[in-house]
Amino acid sequence: MDVISEFFSEYDGLGAFKTTIYLTLLSALLALLIGTVVAVMRVSPVRVLRSMGSAYVNIVRNTPLTLVIVFCNLGLFLQLGIQLADPNSPTSIDDNNFRLAVLGLSVYHAAFVAEAIRSGVNTVPLGQAEAARAIGLPFLKTLRYVVLPQAFRGAVAPLGNVLIALTKNSTVASVIGVTEASAVMKVMMENRPDVIFVVFGIFALGFVILTLPVGILFTSLSKRLAVKR
Amino acid sequence: MSGSSVLFDAPGPRAKRTYAVVGVASVAVLLLILWFVVDKLNEKGQLTAAKWEPFLTGEIWTEYLIPGLIGTLTAAAISVVLALTLGILLGVGRLSSSAWIRWPCSIVVEFFRAVPVLMMMLFSYALFGYYNLFPSERLPLAAVITGLMFYNGSVVAELVRSGVYALPKGQGEAAMAIGLTNGKAMQLILLPQAITAMLPAIVGQLVVILKDTALGYIITYEELLRKAEQIGNYKSNLLPALIVVAAIFVIVNYFLGVLAHRVEALMRRRGRSAGGPLAPEQVDRSAVGGAVAVGVTADAAAPDGTPGPGN
Amino acid sequence: MRQRIIAALGITVLAATGLTACGDETDAGGGTAGGDKLVVGIKYDQPGLGLKEGSNYTGMDVDVAKYVAKELGYEEGNVEFKESPSAQRESLLGNGQVKMIFATYSITDTRKEKVSFAGPYLVAGQDLLVKADNGDITGPEALNGKKLCSVTGSTSAQKVKDQFAKTVQLQEYDTYSKCVEALSSGAIDAVTTDNTILAGFAAQSANEGKFKVVGKTFSTERYGVGLKKGDTETCTKVNDALKKMVDSGEWQKAFDKNLGTAGLKLDPATNPPKTFDACA
Repeated sequence: MDVISEFFSEYDGLGAFKTTIYLTLLSALLALLIGTVVAVMRVSPVRVLRSMGSAYVNIVRNTPLTLVIVFCNLGLFLQLGIQLADPNSPTSIDDNNFRLAVLGLSVYHAAFVAEAIRSGVNTVPLGQAEAARAIGLPFLKTLRYVVLPQAFRGAVAPLGNVLIALTKNSTVASVIGVTEASAVMKVMMENRPDVIFVVFGIFALGFVILTLPVGILFTSLSKRLAVKR
Repeated sequence: MSGSSVLFDAPGPRAKRTYAVVGVASVAVLLLILWFVVDKLNEKGQLTAAKWEPFLTGEIWTEYLIPGLIGTLTAAAISVVLALTLGILLGVGRLSSSAWIRWPCSIVVEFFRAVPVLMMMLFSYALFGYYNLFPSERLPLAAVITGLMFYNGSVVAELVRSGVYALPKGQGEAAMAIGLTNGKAMQLILLPQAITAMLPAIVGQLVVILKDTALGYIITYEELLRKAEQIGNYKSNLLPALIVVAAIFVIVNYFLGVLAHRVEALMRRRGRSAGGPLAPEQVDRSAVGGAVAVGVTADAAAPDGTPGPGN
Repeated sequence: MRQRIIAALGITVLAATGLTACGDETDAGGGTAGGDKLVVGIKYDQPGLGLKEGSNYTGMDVDVAKYVAKELGYEEGNVEFKESPSAQRESLLGNGQVKMIFATYSITDTRKEKVSFAGPYLVAGQDLLVKADNGDITGPEALNGKKLCSVTGSTSAQKVKDQFAKTVQLQEYDTYSKCVEALSSGAIDAVTTDNTILAGFAAQSANEGKFKVVGKTFSTERYGVGLKKGDTETCTKVNDALKKMVDSGEWQKAFDKNLGTAGLKLDPATNPPKTFDACA
């Protein structure tokens, strides 16, 4: 099985998976941040913010991720000149593409994070918010101290699903030249068409290893963290 | 808790003023960003008539956009049919009382849920090409469909499974009581109800499939995105072409989303299923756990036919 | 239950094979009753070489293909063009969906194992495209520390990095048009691929005067006419047609029309080609 050794030596398959993991983790953090803001906007008392929030979710959710990522590169970077890495650094192209991909993945998945949090908010009983208002908490404090902590715990399972989807969707970053797992797989398949099953097997296994524990972890988390009522 | 009104009191005069200020400020920020974008695009010459006028000509529509849309819809339609077939088979298989059927089906479902659709497409494309399984004209389509079929099939399998679990226990027990075998109970009593309950989620899944067909452009399938590239080569207006295509996607998917809500509202009114309509989130809940099946209760989350992040 | 499962499986398989069956109906090489049809594979996305412009096709590859088809006795209305992306060229020829391919198809020994070539009808070379006012990139050696764009898996970008400029940064996109966008916005310094392809982009009306081809080629790409393996009969006819095209001056006319406006200068020793490879 010389393909397997090629995977490690010639193609730096581990490095590719490392890129996949970095892409996933950074995008997950940023998506959680943007998604929370959007979710808060969607339940806020200011009508304009509410409509902006739903517009964001409706547009982003209905656009193919491939397009979102291509827009990050062709639109944000090439046209608007938004540079996310020092243009004079010797690795500026790779850094810039990686960061643009993180931005694109975050913006896309933030819409689903927002929906997950909203579904979490829906699990919080009415009395909780009413009680918070009764003791005089304003909107943001009601959210911060009463509703959101419970909503997050109620949203653990859907958030886990978004994370799994994000892991797999990070493969789309290859369209702007980020060397992650699927890009390396494509090259390996082109060079060794005689052993495509093995090549596919290696990479598929990689993703099973990445996503299966996340699924199990989030299921157990969602049970442990569920607010007992 | 539903709606947002419980989160804040009816605004008094001061709160109203604050809301107005926040509202105006956010609109101002939005306009500022828009102005920046438009200004920059203008500066780069992306807003010239030469780049946008082609979309007013019939040629761009008849030769590129409409064939592209047809390509996108064709791939999505075939994938949906195949994914449903495969999904029902796998879903029923996972519910089988025989471990010999249950385990292979579980492994297949879990495997294809873990593998990215893009990788599956790249693999099928290489595989079909190398072994000459399809005429090369159909090769990209076949690879796109294969990728979408296996992933969405496993999602549908999970929908079927949680749909059956969501049915009241009495349904299965009553079937047994009148002497139906396991298979007959599934076929005549449980599956029809589960599938009815699944409908909104399936329409929601359509949006996911439609979006994922766009991945096909990476393996040269002639869908909207690839047509946009061709327009870009013809008229030197790649960015405008991509913007137009994105708008088409958003519009088509938005209406599919509306359709999903309609279907769901219809189902709820007619109440054909003992379970009630199923939402993707609910399914996800039980699905995340892999082999550990969790009975899902209908009050877990507000059910709506919203699509998941796909892929 | 079991019958149902089997029936459903059957439907799935039928649907899948249906896909196969539909594709087989097209037969590329004439022969059938009612006017001979010729299906020619070209690129749809390379301005100046093979480009779909609405329902028309333009470019050097297309013009050569039309000339050859006419010489082979096909009427213009009976020539049908079909897109042949690089990765599918061998299989399109292999299963007879196209009779011949004119699609920047370089003659190489590896490819000769799978297909036969007539020609070459043009000899190109890998080169660089830069902004018209760029003075410091004079060749591949000058790319150290610069940003170079090409398509994923391209040999020319790798060659530049390996042989000429170790510290060049590579940007890879899936299509050249994205590279051209990047070049025009100033995000990258140069695009590399065959000089003909580069000239095609430079010659587009929207890009007029914006770019120039550097003109220092660092490889030789002999564009051949791809044919089904062992089709020597067509090969000989195509070579005769190509020779006639060159001798009559039609070749030069087609070149000037499609690629000449970008100021592309091909190697005069090999262009227009005077000798053609023996058909084997």
